Amino acid sequence: MLLLWLLVILAAAGALAPLVHRWHANAPRWLALFALAADFGLVLQLWLRAPRLAGWRMQLDWTWIPAFGIRFHLGLDGLSLLLLLLTFFLGMVAVLASWRDIQRGVGFFHLNLLWLLTGIAGVFLALDLFLFYFAWELMLVPMFLLIAIWGHERRRYAAIKFFLFTQLSGLLMLIAILALYLYHYAATGVLTFEYAQLMATPLAPSASLWIMLGFFAAFMVKLPMFPFHTWLPDAHTEASTAGSVILAGLMLKTGAYGLLRFVLPLFPSAVRSFAPWALVLAAIGILYGALLAYAQTDLKRLVAYTSVSHMGFVLLGIFAAAVAPPGSAAAQWALDGVVLEILCHGFSTGALFVLAGILQERMHTREMGRMNGLWAVMPRLGGAGLFFALAAIGLPGLGNFVAEFLILLGTFHVSVGLAVAASIGILASTFYGVELVQRAFHGPNRHGWQLPDLSRREALALVPMMAALLWLGLYPQPIFNTAFPAFTSPSGAALPEPPRSLPQPHTRYSLFPIP
Amino acid sequence: MAALAPFVLLSLAAVVVMMGIAFHRSHGFAFSLTLAGLAATLWSLWPVARVIPRQVTPLLRMDGFALYFIGLIVAATLAVAILAYGYLKTQPVRPEEFYVLLLVAALGASVLAASSHFVSFFLGLEILSVALYGLNAYPHRRALPLEAGIKYLVLAAASAAFLLFGMALVYAATGTLDFAAMAGALPSAPQALVLPGAALILVGISFKLALAPFHLWTPDVYQGAPAPVTAFIATASKAGIFAVLIRFFYDLGGLHSPGAVLAVTVLAIASMAVGNLLALRQSNLKRLLAYSSIAHMGYVLVAFEAALASPAVAAAAVGFYLLAYFVTTLGAFGLISALSTAAGEPESIEDYRGLFWRRPWLALMLAAMLLSLAGIPLTAGFLAKFYVVAAGAAATLWLLILVLVVTSVVGLYYYLRVVVALFSTSDDSAPVAAAMPPAAAWLLGVLFVGLIWVGVYPEPFLRLVLALPLR
Repeated sequence: MLLLWLLVILAAAGALAPLVHRWHANAPRWLALFALAADFGLVLQLWLRAPRLAGWRMQLDWTWIPAFGIRFHLGLDGLSLLLLLLTFFLGMVAVLASWRDIQRGVGFFHLNLLWLLTGIAGVFLALDLFLFYFAWELMLVPMFLLIAIWGHERRRYAAIKFFLFTQLSGLLMLIAILALYLYHYAATGVLTFEYAQLMATPLAPSASLWIMLGFFAAFMVKLPMFPFHTWLPDAHTEASTAGSVILAGLMLKTGAYGLLRFVLPLFPSAVRSFAPWALVLAAIGILYGALLAYAQTDLKRLVAYTSVSHMGFVLLGIFAAAVAPPGSAAAQWALDGVVLEILCHGFSTGALFVLAGILQERMHTREMGRMNGLWAVMPRLGGAGLFFALAAIGLPGLGNFVAEFLILLGTFHVSVGLAVAASIGILASTFYGVELVQRAFHGPNRHGWQLPDLSRREALALVPMMAALLWLGLYPQPIFNTAFPAFTSPSGAALPEPPRSLPQPHTRYSLFPIP
Repeated sequence: MAALAPFVLLSLAAVVVMMGIAFHRSHGFAFSLTLAGLAATLWSLWPVARVIPRQVTPLLRMDGFALYFIGLIVAATLAVAILAYGYLKTQPVRPEEFYVLLLVAALGASVLAASSHFVSFFLGLEILSVALYGLNAYPHRRALPLEAGIKYLVLAAASAAFLLFGMALVYAATGTLDFAAMAGALPSAPQALVLPGAALILVGISFKLALAPFHLWTPDVYQGAPAPVTAFIATASKAGIFAVLIRFFYDLGGLHSPGAVLAVTVLAIASMAVGNLLALRQSNLKRLLAYSSIAHMGYVLVAFEAALASPAVAAAAVGFYLLAYFVTTLGAFGLISALSTAAGEPESIEDYRGLFWRRPWLALMLAAMLLSLAGIPLTAGFLAKFYVVAAGAAATLWLLILVLVVTSVVGLYYYLRVVVALFSTSDDSAPVAAAMPPAAAWLLGVLFVGLIWVGVYPEPFLRLVLALPLR
């Protein structure tokens, strides 16, 4: 029931946001903060109570649309728990970051923000594939509106591009889900979208590959993998600060989560045969993203391309773990690294977008050429910028370093060449990181900016993220302890243990003929 | 005889409204009589449901399938009547006769839904078409409705000619007009007559359903006809024709012939592609919805062709899709008609720019209807499309499904364009100022709730369509 509450609190607060706006202009912001804090607290106490619990901590399994064999099945394991914590945390950051930024349609803005987070939380919790697709698509409309209404200059173009890319890839996944569902029905006579049951579907290798590619398409566009990343710079750049934080911090992670939760366990052999392609594309993405980030003059665009690069690491780690011998240390390292990278990238990139938003709000520009020498006028903001830029380029002591190191270590056991290529990507990241700090904060204050430094509210959003990155860089073991059990199962590496669910009664309707 | 109650009540309502106008000309009076007649017809479906299935004369077969479609048609007519009440008040015409024509049109569509014989097929179609000529051109002082009326007249005459010729050929080959008897006679009938006959019938039906490449009349008629009538053409009239198409083809085992499968595939692909591509550049909302309806009929054809695997599944998918499409389309055209004034209808997308900031509920409703047409979750359109894709996948129609997916992403673009306009923050907007008539506001509220209900908890409706017994 707690799992349902997590979603209901957010959705209800979202629905109330436009109403409470009539009382006070800031009421929706407080309501959203309160709802997110409540959810964060609920999940946090679950975690603290049992940090090393393996398997499914909590499940909720209700009948939803029995005619199709669809159930409302939510489940929480270590991986979902960590991602939920990230979701609610970044949600609060997004609310704080848009406190002064958003002045028009405040109630409707928070409605969209909270429903978007509800969809993301639904994605991290769903164990019924239909429910998963439902939540997956549910994220789109609020995100689309966040970009289209509260974005910057080219918001309409960016919003529609984002929607079309994700919708097309999502529909390919829908076809794949349906194919899997029908194969399962043909083999067993049971209509179900249940994750655990579909995992046992016997599939011919070619069918398995095609269905896997359908899922892969959706996750690749979200992640995004080179060459499907072109929506990302536009969407990230044009979205408002809150939109960018959620996009980079959470939405990209739904792609990684989908790979970990569904693609790897459902199609182990197809993944293995496809892995060389994915690994090479991941390495290209790392280098390409870093190079393009270096070439940007728009601060948000730069950060957006660094996301492409970092998500390349995530992809590399996931497929390295899939190719490594099941249960081997290499697979374990790679997966640990992936989970850590997901969290750290959420913090570091989210924070960089918050900084970019702060600068844009004060200077009305994102061009780094017009910044120069901001350290002198905004020392606290400059320091924060340096900190997060260093985190992004993987400075030892901060979380990203540990994550990328583990991923490289895992990859090294699979392919030395790719590990070397990816390491060059880290080197390239130094260029853009230093470039960012140098162009924006160092040098003489040529344009004579006189700007207020970080406010207390802004610091409140940024300081916990710094603390989290330091913690993850110095003592990441709790993360591994929590995520770790999610990846061990008797059948091998990378296989989350299937959730135990009630045996499905044979459906009474003859929806489809048995082929 | 009891099984004929819906037809009797509809005909009676038409006559009573006509007599009522003769004695006491009052808009409210005619409207109330119409509502009472339609409500009585809807109510009569429950007692009738207890005596079905039953063949009433050779012409009509009353079964669950017919009742479901009659229910859809009458409910849609009820919604159209409510919309028309507010709409006609703003128009400089005598409004009362509109309801007579509307009831007659509903009768024609209902006869089609129960038709199991060429005679009732043709009769139903003509009752429907003749009433629609009048409805299309009802605001007869304006040029566009007149144009729409004439265009519809020419189209209907052409399609009727195709149909009649096709029927004659099939009759010549099989010696019967009854669908069931025809199925028995077909194997021994000369194919040289049956195939052209069936093809001509399919062409006639395609005209009426506005399937590409027989769609050319659609945008003009949709744009020109008064918004409530457009809603009727898009919903009730198409449901009747789809019902008879399903019955005719499935009774005859029509999809056993590879030629028919090819023809339906081509029609479906052409409709999905043409509808979605031509809608891209429209700046007129009614024309945009016209092209979108062409595409949607293409999607329904995908479900229709899923009968290759199982006719019952295909009929259920078509039934469910049409239900969702009805709710959505009535909502969309309902909004246009509810916002109409004597000066005209808010047709241009520009009329809706920034609507959200002035009339948030209206804008949210229109956005929800458009997203439902695009098949986004939480709306009826999503589950309907899901069902179509599922039925198609069960019949392994991968090509059609792929086309459906790609074209619906193309389609998403133009729906999103309107949605973006609705939420646009620029202030250079031409406001839609009309106050909403209260009845229409209620209706739209009901449709909005229905849209979300079907989209979130479709179980009761799925049970209904899964129980459609087709032979």
